[in-house]
Amino acid sequence: MRLLFGSCFTLLIAAAIGLGATWLTLTRGIAFGALTIGAWTAWPKSGSADIDPYARATIARTGELPTGMGDGIAFYAHTDDRGHAFDGRCTFSISGMTPPARYWTVTLYTPEGRLVANAIDRHGFTSEEIARDNDGRFTIAVAPLARSGNWLPTGGIEQFMLVWRLYDTAIGVATRTAKEGPMPAIERKGC
Amino acid sequence: MVRGLLWILAAILLGGIVHLSTVLAMPRAAKQDAYSRLASLTPVNTMVPLAQPQTGAEIMPFMDPAFATAVCRYDLTGGSLKLTAPVSQAYTSVFYTRRSVAYYAINDRAAGRRTIELDLMTAAQHAQVPEDEEVTAADRLIIESPTTMGLIVLRALAPEPGLMSMARRTLAAATCGIQAAQ
Repeated sequence: MRLLFGSCFTLLIAAAIGLGATWLTLTRGIAFGALTIGAWTAWPKSGSADIDPYARATIARTGELPTGMGDGIAFYAHTDDRGHAFDGRCTFSISGMTPPARYWTVTLYTPEGRLVANAIDRHGFTSEEIARDNDGRFTIAVAPLARSGNWLPTGGIEQFMLVWRLYDTAIGVATRTAKEGPMPAIERKGC
Repeated sequence: MVRGLLWILAAILLGGIVHLSTVLAMPRAAKQDAYSRLASLTPVNTMVPLAQPQTGAEIMPFMDPAFATAVCRYDLTGGSLKLTAPVSQAYTSVFYTRRSVAYYAINDRAAGRRTIELDLMTAAQHAQVPEDEEVTAADRLIIESPTTMGLIVLRALAPEPGLMSMARRTLAAATCGIQAAQ
């Protein structure tokens, strides 16, 4: 009787631990080999045949196609530099420079990777179209209401994320520090 | 007391096994991976342009809206595949396995000429290519696909939204198709 109770209890706990851990790791998008620069994190290996089992399971579940390693690298941000979560009702400023790349795009998504509806049908910028100042730096205002300059609308949603994709770049698996690749700074300006 | 601890230890170990096996099984079990999503939208072994991602109507999550996209969903069961793509400015192609693993990428710069032309085949089909043929066709690019099925994703950048129709036109000239067995 005691044995039966013990094994049932053990199996239940094991299932809870196992499935719970799987659910947690896959919904958080955990993978190995992260490259973090400021608020931005990339997983260069996820775009190659060296992809780890966690990243493999995550992309199978979400249905996305990762940016190929020979093609470029994708940096993800969910917060500003000081850790404030991206809230679409607040204003965030992204400024600075990017690591050398042939071209780049920045796109605003919901946490599930969907585009956000807005009046001017803008979901991001490319390196070609962004307005820069004289020394080549740029500032993007991520805000719910219209701004002058580079305005990236949030649509006022509760939570958003940004993906910065650098194409044809040397930044990748061998990159170790932010010195090699200065990513733009992100700062919350107000809510 | 000791017996209770042993039960808990067993539960944790077993839980670890459950966790690892479900993670490893996920790519096979997933019903909504990229290949499955595209299977209903694209005929096999044909280059098909994809609709631009729009709010509420994205084919896949995290698509880059600055690019025009075309997909060749391939199945090499019937023979090797030939990809022909005229190179335009800012143009890339990435090859994915059936399970969405990117295994090869080539862009207009790496191609270094006006047209990307390559043969995609399985390792078994590559082994059957006569050796002298491979030598005579030195500039023939052969890529081995780790899986029999997979995706070739071609993308052309629209530097600004107004240039999207031009980007889509450049992709329209790309083709892929099974080559007759030699």
